[in-house]
Amino acid sequence: MFPEYDVIVVGAGHAGCEAAAAAANLGSKVLLVTMNMQTIAQMSCNPAMGGIAKGQIVREIDALGGYSGIVSDLSTIQFRMLNRSKGPAMWSPRAQNDRMLFAAKWREMLEQTPNVDFYQDMVKSLIIKNNQACGVVTGLGHEIKSKSVVVTSGTFLNGIIHIGEKQFGGGRVAEKAATGITEQLVELGFESDRLKTGTPPRVDGRSLDYSKMEEQKGDDEIVGFSYTDTPRIKAAEQRSCFVTYTSQEVHDILKTGFDRSPMFQGRIEGRGPRYCPSIEDKINRFADRERHQLFVEPEGWNTVEIYVNGFSTSLPEDVQYEALRKVPGFEQVRIFRPGYAIEYDFFPPTQLKYSLETKLIANLFFAGQINGTTGYEEAACQGLMAGINAHQKSRSLEPFVLQRSEAYIGVLIDDLINKGTDEPYRMFTSRAEFRTLLRQDNADLRLTELSYRLGLASQERMDKVIEKRNAVESIKKELAQFSVECAEANPYLESIGSATMLEKQKAGKIILRPNVDLPSLMQAVPRLAETLSHFSAESIEQAEIQVKYERYIEKEQEVAERMSQLENLVIPDSFDYDKVSALSNEALQKFKRIKPHTLGQASRISGVNPSDVQILMVYMGR
Amino acid sequence: MSGQLMGWDDTIVALATPPGIGAIGVIRVSGKKTFDVMNELFPSKDLHQQATHTIHVGFLKEGEQVLDEVVLSLFRNPKSYTGEDVIEISCHGSPFIQQQVMAAITSRGVRLAKPGEFTQRAFLNGKLDLAQAEAVADLIASNTAASQKAAMHTMRGGFSNDLQALREQLISFSAMIELELDFSQEDVEFADRTALNNLIHTLSMATHRLLHSFRLGNVIKNGVQVAIIGKPNAGKSTLLNALLNENRAIVSDIAGTTRDTVEEVLNIDGILFRLIDTAGIREHTQDLVESIGIEKSLEKMRAADIVLYLFDINEITPEQLQQISGDLTREDINHLLVANKCDLQSEALQQQFSALFSNIIFIAARDNRGIDLVKQELVARTIGGQVNTESTIVTNARHYDALLKLAGALDDVQLGLDQKVPGDLLALDIRQALHYLGTITGQITNEDQLDFIFSKFCIGK
Repeated sequence: MFPEYDVIVVGAGHAGCEAAAAAANLGSKVLLVTMNMQTIAQMSCNPAMGGIAKGQIVREIDALGGYSGIVSDLSTIQFRMLNRSKGPAMWSPRAQNDRMLFAAKWREMLEQTPNVDFYQDMVKSLIIKNNQACGVVTGLGHEIKSKSVVVTSGTFLNGIIHIGEKQFGGGRVAEKAATGITEQLVELGFESDRLKTGTPPRVDGRSLDYSKMEEQKGDDEIVGFSYTDTPRIKAAEQRSCFVTYTSQEVHDILKTGFDRSPMFQGRIEGRGPRYCPSIEDKINRFADRERHQLFVEPEGWNTVEIYVNGFSTSLPEDVQYEALRKVPGFEQVRIFRPGYAIEYDFFPPTQLKYSLETKLIANLFFAGQINGTTGYEEAACQGLMAGINAHQKSRSLEPFVLQRSEAYIGVLIDDLINKGTDEPYRMFTSRAEFRTLLRQDNADLRLTELSYRLGLASQERMDKVIEKRNAVESIKKELAQFSVECAEANPYLESIGSATMLEKQKAGKIILRPNVDLPSLMQAVPRLAETLSHFSAESIEQAEIQVKYERYIEKEQEVAERMSQLENLVIPDSFDYDKVSALSNEALQKFKRIKPHTLGQASRISGVNPSDVQILMVYMGR
Repeated sequence: MSGQLMGWDDTIVALATPPGIGAIGVIRVSGKKTFDVMNELFPSKDLHQQATHTIHVGFLKEGEQVLDEVVLSLFRNPKSYTGEDVIEISCHGSPFIQQQVMAAITSRGVRLAKPGEFTQRAFLNGKLDLAQAEAVADLIASNTAASQKAAMHTMRGGFSNDLQALREQLISFSAMIELELDFSQEDVEFADRTALNNLIHTLSMATHRLLHSFRLGNVIKNGVQVAIIGKPNAGKSTLLNALLNENRAIVSDIAGTTRDTVEEVLNIDGILFRLIDTAGIREHTQDLVESIGIEKSLEKMRAADIVLYLFDINEITPEQLQQISGDLTREDINHLLVANKCDLQSEALQQQFSALFSNIIFIAARDNRGIDLVKQELVARTIGGQVNTESTIVTNARHYDALLKLAGALDDVQLGLDQKVPGDLLALDIRQALHYLGTITGQITNEDQLDFIFSKFCIGK
């Protein structure tokens, strides 16, 4: 019934979909197995993509030829570039999406991708021979062969849902949990553990009184995620979100449910994310706060369903209902479905290689929540990398690895496999030591060529990058040469409170001043606007950032280069750490378990001291 | 034996723990004569009869005088670190005691070890391969948590407490910056720039205070170099003896860190003073310095932390002294004018000089008069009267260097705040600051910042 596949992807969430698309686009024959064909690419939690650090990741996925950026742009109902008032490294695209359209677009794109087959069934075990994965066994008993397997199980592995005192098995509300794989992998020697996450109630938008809330509109300009020419919606069409607040009264009602809370009563074992606490956690831990912000987010163009962001809870439904009714604008609220908490299995990611292949079983790859992460973007980028590497492995090609200085994706995977995680891992810009290099505006310049050389990013993408690169260089040259007369610029400079010029100055010099931006300068100096008229706004902005922040960018580049020296010192696979008697015991154990490939990687393993790395360096003959 | 071929057959001794005041100090002796020498100093047992890898408690005695109560650890060749006979003496951690013990050992034909010589011997005797030997050398100089701890324990006062406070303040500062970057969309209160300004100011002050303590710390660790300068008949030798005589019990002839010069070491109120070039004063009848202005004598004086310019009060005019004092001041030499041979006849002269010079002391070295004043003044000049013994003192050059860089990075942060640069760019300089402090306290990671943020702010929609 089934041919032999190159890559089987287990699970069709954000990670699974990206994995299937990447492997197939590289030329692998791919089977995507999901428990339910109707729930491909679900946004299980909030109907939004991007945000701070996450938006940068979506841009990176797009630059590498993944689909998440395009799908997001096609399903956007509101777009905002967050942190505009801060430096360019912090600008972060974020979209509200139509949940159903998002899933539909994903399925449409996958269906249009040659080499992707679909099959609806639960995978209950993996076929493993000689410590190599070579296929899956489904719930109906089919054995399907493949050269490699990517497992993206999300919250489904032994998932348990908690609402108040009720608890039942499930991977999402109203969907069955998956069983079998954890037990098999643990049998094979894998370590597994539990994590917890939660989601808020969904309510009927027709029952809300928006006049009691603050409106939050989208941007006037929709930048979007994809570097391709994917159409964007018109700014005027955007849907608004609304902001409202809890109150002491709401908190008091919520507290009446604490004796039935699965979290406070100890029924939940898994650890939840500190940055995404449930509402009961917030009022418990920050008891002095009189109110908490709630975001009222529409779930799509053609639905009245509303997502109550900020009200994640696993308290009993009656308590959720009574408390919500005291929130301004929610007096008449009707609940579509209650919030809940879910616990699921994950495999501590220190058991993975940089390629996301497991160390224990060859040709087996993990991506997404199974690795202890949280978030669509985090999952999707791992899926993309696992899909690429599953393809590479099936062709005996070199793994594709991104450095910390190249991409947030590199930071994420490096953190996961070297540091592990004991709470659901989310990306923050503070995790990246090269934040100024890893901007949302230059993900294409950073990554598309790497992916193009791999055979994933299309010729069209590459051409656009070359064009942008050339345009940016030309603009920078123009800015360095173009002299602005005092009379031309001074009225503008005066108007923004910047010192006036006493003699003519190069445009490239003027834009170094704080408060001065290139579009405004172009407006003030029509000659300059004329000179740059044939360049796109995107290229002009890119050139401006490169000129304006050169000092900072160079500083980080220097550190990145210094760091890469350690990255180039390869530790042979056969290296015998036991021979190195001077290593601290903790470092010795960690080195033996993680088997770092380079001294750079060794230096980032938690519990390893600089001296341990120095000792290794001495042993390796510097 | 390889040691003989290489001319390594002598016995060596060195302090194995960092110099300075700690709970205990370990002195290591290695070589053929180890057991002979230690047996003479350790009367309670015959060490020759004791097995290898045993420890022994008892008194070290120089004749009848007890030097210290110690613990000896015995290692017979080849089962020792160096592969030779080794005894490690754990004595009390005062520099004075350690010097006495070292003096007792070196006076019996044992030589002070050169830096790294124990490891070199271990290597030569096949106890370590070259890589291991290098690793040991690296470790000694490295940023390891262990060596950090060891170094920290040797510090006076609450250096680590101060650093801990500095570290926490810096983490909270950087976390507040990161908060407004990563969590700008959250409903939390962001620190205003005034608060950040205040915090960076506090950090900067604390760093500078630690930096300032380094000179004193260095002095406490390595001793204050003192030179006595003066014409041949000024009485330098007498002054030297007077300074040392009263402290006969705590004076010893040992070769110091610069082994080509012989020094006399004087302990006043716990501070070591090294009287440099005393060999010159003792052994030569004619003096090193005939007059001020000779390049060579200037060199000697510049090497000293404090110069005592000694003169016979009866053989100098106020004008001559003004000339000399002026020359010294111009050369930026920290000096004391010491008028010798003061007696009743010279009282008028003394009053005249007192009025003219603020840094003058009147003594009669032969009668031991005024010697205490000289000592008091030496101490006062060293600690400057500003630092009380409770405050934290930095003694480690690597820490000093890191603090210096930290101060530089903090200046950059301050500049960034003044210029209102965006938080993400400000964070670039803050990361430098975190890095430099991290080289002393252990690296500060983004997890530290996130822990701070999540514990203080309600994050999460």
